[in-house]
Amino acid sequence: MKEFDPGDNAASIVSVTDRVRGLTIGMPVTSVHFLGENAAFVGAEEEVALVNGDGGISRIAVHSGGILCSAFDGMRLAMGGDDGKLKALNAAGEVALLATDPKRRWIDNVALHPDGAVAWSAGKTAFVRGGTGEDKSFDAPSTVGGLAFAPKGLRLAVAHYNGVTLWFPNMTAKPEVLEWAGSHLGVVFSPDNKFVVTAMHEPALHGWRLADHRHMRMTGYPGRVRSMSWSVGGKSLATSGADMVIVWPFASKDGPMGKEPAMLAPLQARVSAVACHPRQDILAAGYSDGTILMVRLDDGAEILVRRRNAASPVAALAWNSKGTLLAFGAEDGDAGLLTL
Amino acid sequence: MPEPTSQKIPVTVLTGYLGAGKTTLLNRILSENHGKKYAVIVNEFGEIGIDNDLIIGADEEVFEMNNGCVCCTVRGDLVRILEGLMKRKGKFDAIIVETTGLADPAPVAQTFFVDEDVQRNARLDAVVTVADAKWLSDRLKDAPEAKNQIAFADVIVLNKTDLVSGAELAEVEARIRGINPYAKLHRTERCQVALSDVLERGAFDLDRILEIEPEFLEAGDDHDHDHHHHGHDHDHHHGGLKHYHDEDMQSLSLRTDKPLDATKFMPWLQGLIASEGQRILRSKGILAFSDDNDRYVFQGVHMMLEGDHQRAWKDGEARESRLVFIGRELPEQTIRDGFERCITT
Repeated sequence: MKEFDPGDNAASIVSVTDRVRGLTIGMPVTSVHFLGENAAFVGAEEEVALVNGDGGISRIAVHSGGILCSAFDGMRLAMGGDDGKLKALNAAGEVALLATDPKRRWIDNVALHPDGAVAWSAGKTAFVRGGTGEDKSFDAPSTVGGLAFAPKGLRLAVAHYNGVTLWFPNMTAKPEVLEWAGSHLGVVFSPDNKFVVTAMHEPALHGWRLADHRHMRMTGYPGRVRSMSWSVGGKSLATSGADMVIVWPFASKDGPMGKEPAMLAPLQARVSAVACHPRQDILAAGYSDGTILMVRLDDGAEILVRRRNAASPVAALAWNSKGTLLAFGAEDGDAGLLTL
Repeated sequence: MPEPTSQKIPVTVLTGYLGAGKTTLLNRILSENHGKKYAVIVNEFGEIGIDNDLIIGADEEVFEMNNGCVCCTVRGDLVRILEGLMKRKGKFDAIIVETTGLADPAPVAQTFFVDEDVQRNARLDAVVTVADAKWLSDRLKDAPEAKNQIAFADVIVLNKTDLVSGAELAEVEARIRGINPYAKLHRTERCQVALSDVLERGAFDLDRILEIEPEFLEAGDDHDHDHHHHGHDHDHHHGGLKHYHDEDMQSLSLRTDKPLDATKFMPWLQGLIASEGQRILRSKGILAFSDDNDRYVFQGVHMMLEGDHQRAWKDGEARESRLVFIGRELPEQTIRDGFERCITT
């Protein structure tokens, strides 16, 4: 990527702020995804704002209340709400009702599988709807903190207090339990299906190698990790939670065991969101003071995307699948689109 | 980045033993015409007969923190619910957390001390305990949960006073004061208490730890709702109250008008909290250190302490240090001796 040139003079950081189209979403933003030709900014409540290539904004009503979670598989944007409903938005801008909790419990988590399956949770119960449309459920020992589908097969990781349960919804086998004391609030599989990593309530990640359940403790964060992103090919895992981007190495069979993470792009602010580029070894990092940087994984070289704007932390970052557009949104609804 | 206290949403914790009248109070808070909107976190849906899309069912999941301290527990479900509620910031003015009748209030309170994200958006306002005037004395004997709830309270709503005689009321009040002399106590029938007496109390606001005088010293002024205030019949105890000493739950107050040595006091306090924190439910203090022109205030729940310089001592203000501990089987003499050694000579 020829645009990515940090230059020789580190004191005057290279900036691409002039290539950013500023957007005013008009509501707090919690995540963003590229849905067809549009950038879809998920609001904290009720609506998704679709932004087209010309910066035109149309708002789509999804939930009658808070939007608690979202997941995206490239085609569908699924969202769970405090109205007890699970909905999905497609590239045509159509909203489908996927499920309604009979007790109107909050839909706390949602995950999508590339083959069309969807998983969600309400309280302690995780649900999966496979291709056949039949719902299956699993009761975790405590409230579900996070859900993730394995990259291969229909297998769901359910994070909860004191560990993660790996559940095969279509098999009668007893679910496999990965134990680790504490509250696990987010979960991801590595793209090669070899590792499971959770973001804990305490400021730490915990990982397991699936082959032998070896533990990986990833600690030292000053704050809770809320954003994790795999670099292209799953070679490393970039994370928020510190005043720099913490990148854990996963290229070898031992993952980050016994290794130090890379620590990139330090600022006087906490990293609040990370998104790795889909094709290159670079990432976008958003900070609590509103700054957004592009960072090269090899050497930590930085390019400025958005200047510090202490008003509001960066809450959402996403690349389009080609890696030519970066969308970002702050908690206060100020947003933008960068064209590379 | 911490937001100013005033922008944080106040959270009231509503506790009370089974049948004391928590739901009655909650229904009043929700139905009274006060122009405020409350989000309510309850344990049993359906008991509240009011339609409100901000009533959320909780699971009362108590999680241990991974720091090896068994009393450092938090309400895991509360962390999640508060995070979800914050997406609807602006749609409500305050949050009420109702606990089950058998719950220990500590994990709820501690959630506000240990969770960064909770702290950023919400602040604990007060622990309000509803007590049954007829049955509390019995429960204090056989239910440790009931005693915990009284010991922990900032505000006690002593309910169902119409079901007891004046002597029985005096008895149960004295038992409450034997455990917790510092809480504001309101005598009610059917929880008829002014909502301003239970909400927006700022009991955990360091700036408002102004007076930590025992409440019973001014108990006589607390009756102004009933008109026979001055005709209080059997006034043979001082201040109208018997004095009880609860066998296992006590309060301990320390004071000195000599300045404290901060280099001795801080390690002592931290050591005390580390060794006795499981038994110390609540602690508060206003401190005058030598060579320090500012008042220092602190408060704690079990092993979690927070403290800060509050403001400069005013001219003519007595530079007095006062501390209060409420806890179970407190080693009083050891604490007093330790405190004495922190006083500059």
